[in-house]
Amino acid sequence: MIVEVAAAGVAVDRSGVDPPLVAIRNLSKYYIRGDQVIPVLVDIDLDVNAGDFVALMGPSGSGKSTLLNLIAGIDKPSSGEISIAGVDITQLSDADLALWRSTNVGFIFQFYNLMPVLTAYANVELPLQLTSLGRRERRERVETALALVGLTDRATHRPNELSGGQQQRVAIARALITDPTLIVADEPTGDLDRATAEEILGLLERLNRELGKTIVMVTHDPKAAEKAHRLIHLEKGVLVH
Amino acid sequence: MFVPLLVLRNAFRHKLRTTLTIVGIVVAIVAFGMLRTIIDAWYAGANASSSARLVTRSSVSLVFPLPLNYAQKIRQVDGVANVAWANWFGGIYVNERNFFAQFAIRAPEYLEMYPEFVLSDDERHAFLMDRTGAIAGRKLAQKYGWKVGDQIPLRGTIYPGTWTFNLRGIYDGAEEGTDTSTFFFHFDFLNESIKKHLGGRGDQAGLFIEQLRRPEDAAAVSQAIDTMFHNSLAETLTETEKAFQLGFVAMSEAILLAIQAVSFVVIVIIMAVMANTMAMTARERYAEYATMKALGFSNGFVALLIFAESLGIALFGGLLGVALTFPAAEAFAKTVGSILPAFKVSPQTMAMQMGAALVIGVVAAAIPAWRASRVRIVEGLRAIA
Repeated sequence: MIVEVAAAGVAVDRSGVDPPLVAIRNLSKYYIRGDQVIPVLVDIDLDVNAGDFVALMGPSGSGKSTLLNLIAGIDKPSSGEISIAGVDITQLSDADLALWRSTNVGFIFQFYNLMPVLTAYANVELPLQLTSLGRRERRERVETALALVGLTDRATHRPNELSGGQQQRVAIARALITDPTLIVADEPTGDLDRATAEEILGLLERLNRELGKTIVMVTHDPKAAEKAHRLIHLEKGVLVH
Repeated sequence: MFVPLLVLRNAFRHKLRTTLTIVGIVVAIVAFGMLRTIIDAWYAGANASSSARLVTRSSVSLVFPLPLNYAQKIRQVDGVANVAWANWFGGIYVNERNFFAQFAIRAPEYLEMYPEFVLSDDERHAFLMDRTGAIAGRKLAQKYGWKVGDQIPLRGTIYPGTWTFNLRGIYDGAEEGTDTSTFFFHFDFLNESIKKHLGGRGDQAGLFIEQLRRPEDAAAVSQAIDTMFHNSLAETLTETEKAFQLGFVAMSEAILLAIQAVSFVVIVIIMAVMANTMAMTARERYAEYATMKALGFSNGFVALLIFAESLGIALFGGLLGVALTFPAAEAFAKTVGSILPAFKVSPQTMAMQMGAALVIGVVAAAIPAWRASRVRIVEGLRAIA
């Protein structure tokens, strides 16, 4: 059973709704080191509805980042199913999975993971290089995304000319640019001070509330978790009540 | 434009490292080009030789002369159109460091048989009419600042005394590869002086040169000449001019092999240096490659970025190296001009230089590109933390 906390007093109604955007069934992940089998995730069942804002919490080594990576399609499970918008991504080949990620997942990382040699503009544009969009349409999208995160005036700056918060906002704009089904955020405020972290969390809240983006976020920070609609706790690879 | 821009910016991310790598490639490519040009220059004499000419010399050794009256007999052999003869002089101009080839030649026939030595009619006439006259190649004349009318003194080492010649002409090469660093004067002048001062050493030629009526008769004519002098006091060895020249090259074959080996070792060394640079570069960027793969870029795209960067650096260094080979070769030729008279960078050498740069770029990128394309996204992302 999934621990659900109705953040900000919002009750979650599960009756008579659309099928979940993310449906995880019997998901396990383990590593083999020599003769040892090290379980990371054990028999996970989890649903995330479209438009949800979910926080994955748990101590270090609990498997929350692994779960996030599996949902994002950048890691493969040992067994089980992960269905996202009806597509069982565990059945996709590496090439198909890459293609699927490019249109369905927006990534936000703890350390921003921007290309240091590219400007903020080019970093945001990066995922669009995989699409067939023309230059004008790409420019319109990038300008809209940069405006959304309040960085229009920093478009020509490189990452090392931006603060941590600004870099994370560029990363958020990059995550949004392909209008993905799902946004995954791995400790998005882990490298930021409190005030900047609040700004970033506010931005994520806006994306969820105003644009209807489904967000799955891993965090250690209870304050960050408070912004989510649901909290999911993991301990030793198992979902706990 | 996205890929070239990203490759270019990545390439110059560590300016010092990239610059030093390019400098290394330039040095290697220049060294490779120079060594290949030395080998080419060594073979230049053989390559420039005519297939319609034979050379007859003593079958014992080149140092033993042949009787001059052989010329008449050789002239009567079927297939021989013309005969000239020559002697190596081996004189010293001013001091021992000024080495250049000097030949006493039977001038009228010799000049007729070597149309690649281009002389004006006036200069040819002046040379033929002056018993102590001489002609020099353009490169040689330029080196010592000679002009027509100058008197050139040579101190004999084989033929004692100081020999003074009137420079009557300066010849050019009909082709780019023609040697224009040789000095010619009249055999008759040398022969008469020898007869006068050294008695028994007169009327002997170092070698005979035969002009063939048809190049395809070379084997038959060679055999006919050598058969004619078989069992005589001075047996002969006749071969094509090319084989004769290659005989000289063969004497230094071990050195040529060593030069060839060194030229390839230089490329292998820079390849290892470049491979190390690319491995370091790719390792530093694993997190970036992982991020790109997470965003949906393929393994092949990541490999392409590394190959493009490596090839870009190597080919840029290669082009710069080829360009710098020319002034380097020119400076080198000035120093050793008379030892390696045809020291020119050939189009084949340039192609080999660019080929070497291409191989350096591809080989250096192969392993880093393979590794980066295989790195698991999750592991790559961990690298940034």
